[in-house]
Amino acid sequence: MRFLSILFFFLVGFFGYAQVTITGIISDENGLPLRDAHVHIANKTTSTDANGTYVLSGIPKGKQKLYISFIGYYAIEETIEISTDLTINRRLKLDITKLDDITIRQLSNSKSESSNEQVLKSATIEKFSNQTLGEALKEVSGVSILKTGSTIVKPVINGLHSNRVPIINNNVRLEDQQWGTEHAPNFDINAAGKITVIKGASALQYGGDAIGGIVVIEPEVIKKDTLVGKTILNLASNGMGGSLSSSIQKGNRYGWSWNALGTFKYLGDRETPDYVLSNSGNREQNFSGGIRFAQEKYNFNAMYSFYNAQIGIIKAAHIGNVNDLYNSINNQQPSVIEPFTYSIDAPKQEVQHHLAKVNYQRWLNENTSIDLQYAFQFNNRLEFDVRRSSANTNKAALDLQLATHTFLADYKTNVGSWRLKSGFNLGYQNNFANPKTGVRPLIPSYEKLDAGLYGIAVYKFDNATSLESGIRYDFSTIEATKYYLKSRWTERGYDAEFSHFIVGEEGNQWLTKPTFDYHNITANIGFRKQFHHEMEWLVNVSLASRNPNPSELFSDGLHHSTGQIELGDLRLEKEQAYKFNTTFKKDWKSFQVQLNPFINRISNFIYLQPIGFETTIRGAFPVWEFKQTEALLTGFDINTKWNISNHFSHELGMAYVNGQNLSTDEYLIDMPPFVINNKIQYKNESWFNFATELKSEVVFRQNQFPNYNFETNIIVNDALTPVMVDISSPPKGYHLLHFYSEMTFKINKKNSLTTSLSVQNIMNTTYRDYLNRQRFFVDEMGRNIQIQLKFNY
Amino acid sequence: MKNLKLIALLVIPVIFSTSCSNEDTPVNEEEVITTVTTTLVGGGQTITLTSRDLDGDGPNAPVVTVSGNLVAGTTYTGSTTFLNELADPIEDITTEIVEESLDHQIFYFLSGALGNITYSATDLDSEGNPIGLHFNFVAGTSGTTGTLTVTLRHLPNKTAPGVSEGSITNADGNTDAEVYFPITVN
Repeated sequence: MRFLSILFFFLVGFFGYAQVTITGIISDENGLPLRDAHVHIANKTTSTDANGTYVLSGIPKGKQKLYISFIGYYAIEETIEISTDLTINRRLKLDITKLDDITIRQLSNSKSESSNEQVLKSATIEKFSNQTLGEALKEVSGVSILKTGSTIVKPVINGLHSNRVPIINNNVRLEDQQWGTEHAPNFDINAAGKITVIKGASALQYGGDAIGGIVVIEPEVIKKDTLVGKTILNLASNGMGGSLSSSIQKGNRYGWSWNALGTFKYLGDRETPDYVLSNSGNREQNFSGGIRFAQEKYNFNAMYSFYNAQIGIIKAAHIGNVNDLYNSINNQQPSVIEPFTYSIDAPKQEVQHHLAKVNYQRWLNENTSIDLQYAFQFNNRLEFDVRRSSANTNKAALDLQLATHTFLADYKTNVGSWRLKSGFNLGYQNNFANPKTGVRPLIPSYEKLDAGLYGIAVYKFDNATSLESGIRYDFSTIEATKYYLKSRWTERGYDAEFSHFIVGEEGNQWLTKPTFDYHNITANIGFRKQFHHEMEWLVNVSLASRNPNPSELFSDGLHHSTGQIELGDLRLEKEQAYKFNTTFKKDWKSFQVQLNPFINRISNFIYLQPIGFETTIRGAFPVWEFKQTEALLTGFDINTKWNISNHFSHELGMAYVNGQNLSTDEYLIDMPPFVINNKIQYKNESWFNFATELKSEVVFRQNQFPNYNFETNIIVNDALTPVMVDISSPPKGYHLLHFYSEMTFKINKKNSLTTSLSVQNIMNTTYRDYLNRQRFFVDEMGRNIQIQLKFNY
Repeated sequence: MKNLKLIALLVIPVIFSTSCSNEDTPVNEEEVITTVTTTLVGGGQTITLTSRDLDGDGPNAPVVTVSGNLVAGTTYTGSTTFLNELADPIEDITTEIVEESLDHQIFYFLSGALGNITYSATDLDSEGNPIGLHFNFVAGTSGTTGTLTVTLRHLPNKTAPGVSEGSITNADGNTDAEVYFPITVN
């Protein structure tokens, strides 16, 4: 010891100046020690231990920089004068803006270790306050949107959508009749604090059927004793309306906290560059609220949300028989153009979604937690059609009432280098197809029971390498109650195979109770490897299984909103997908690249294909049948970000999907075309946080499509003529420019106002999109100028 | 606190489990037209043309019956009726068309030299445009066969060129019924 001291003094003397040791404790605002906080003094760094203490020796005397940071907290940066050994204790303040990130990471331990996750943060989400979840998700490359008109928007991940892309809202799987391509997610975008897109089925805790990917929406959680509010007002020129969304949140680390959010949206008819899209207005009235009680070892949450939307369907898109469809496609001009109005007539959708849940989380020790959750959802979808008799105008043509109960239990623990997660879920679902509509429903009443069990293990070899593997088992049983026309039952060839489902007879209809059981095993394995700091490589292979949905099994007639006869098939098997997904990330100082190729091989892929015509008294209708095939989807997503200077940056996003129908050697229908997005941004924090960006969106023509055109006879110039109905040819490619700019004014320490101006489709370009179901009838929306005012208080 | 949680867990499901029992009642189909009947009276004969589709949107094609052949050069007084025979009781849709005559028009199309159809001058809606339930049919040359197409359009543009003379080309709207009758003129 003495020797060491002598050596020490010798060394000190040798270097010509004195060195000291600094110790201290880093804690949070409440004095609780923070473990693994980063402490940096002069050129020495260390981290705190479990008691929050740190020791840094060999610090030179004199003026030195002190830097302390911990994820989720404001970093401390100061200059200190050091002359002797010192104790420096610091309390870190919680950073509310960063906190969402970490609380969520703690809760869910990241959704998937080895597959590509892309995150939208609240700053991006707020830009879409006046729009939809789908439009916000389009910011992620590889996500495209499937639209019905301008207001019904569904996300498409790597070419797949609807039941293949489950949406998890607040840890509850959204059950909102998501099988329908014209059924947008029943979710108020303003309620999202953070949205994660996982391009694959690797997040097994949420289910094993995410063949396309999964969207995880989490609310903003503030764990600080404070009361904050936010109000966003949007005004849009196209639609001559806007929205107002206001939220208030009482945060708290321990004890009670609560939040409430209300959103109103009111927009009239949208316009293309040349005409009014008659009956394209929409309204939303949404509310959500929650309470939370937290203690060190447990917390309890309860929340309720209500989504209420009225959405007009463009009048020109309502067609009778195949002749009407032919006329629309060939005229390229809508059959109905009326002056601008705010009112919404039939055809329209009125959708309500209630979600209530309670959640209890308990930490058994530092590394182990248990989560219990019960959620109830009630979805009521009313679709109003143009009725033959005006007496029925106010009567919905479709009235589906879907109630879903789910119970989840999750167990998470960290043991050494292992992170383990397992749990089970139970679900009961009841769909009621109201027969009082006077229209035979395509979707029958049914009852469904689900049970699932999963286990996920992550092994960290070191900080840079981890291996993840998971397995899941799901059981599902569905019993439907459906009236089949006897003629349809026979035409489908069900007599021999399914006669045991028949339980009654009513005139020309069979009353049937089809029952199906499914047992699914799903699994995934993947790894993540970080090379130095600049490069990361992720690989994931997953097996996903999806059961046929009610529309695929039971559809048996005219789908009024599409003017086609859609036939389900009771013989459909479950879909099984093997997805290989890899991501390379390379990070130079000012330039980042992310490359994400994938291969998705889907067995028994279910799709709709035209098989001919049926003649009814209304004329001829094309018949589309749900079929199964062997499918192969391949593609890639590329992102780059280049920080050109302190002020300028550039972002590039590209996405390509190739869909092959292997059984028929054709392309798959409705695959998103190749897209290139370029964004150039200028930022200057000294001008009231000024930021402005110009975005170019280039969408190529989809040249890979199957030819499903069919021939029909129509009266042209008073002569019956055979014509080809071209439902297959995709529209031309297009190029759009969008502009966005914002400034933030600090009113005082707590209050700020952000103003933004955005212009979508600056050049007022006329275009149609391949993934819009109304592309046969109308153009897309023209220029839209939006103003947004955001108050934080 | 524990009790409160338990109560909340138990109460919430009860509140929301509003029972919607799956009534096994079939839909009384109100939207479907099952039967279109066109009657031609002239030259001492009554010819009935019927198209009946009792499975609605089901796979079976309509059953078409024509009671006789037309006589060349004869003028027939024609009328068309619409029924929904799936509704209980059977619904006469013709009266509904008359009540909402502004929103409906029936069009007739004859192929080849079957003759000529003109709307009856008195069969007008409140704005003076034809409804098309009544018409006059002058049979064409002897020995021709072809098709009479009867189309009921909902929400047509009645003021578009030619529409009031019975031409469907510019009529727009959507098709509620479209039936084909084989016709022979002797």
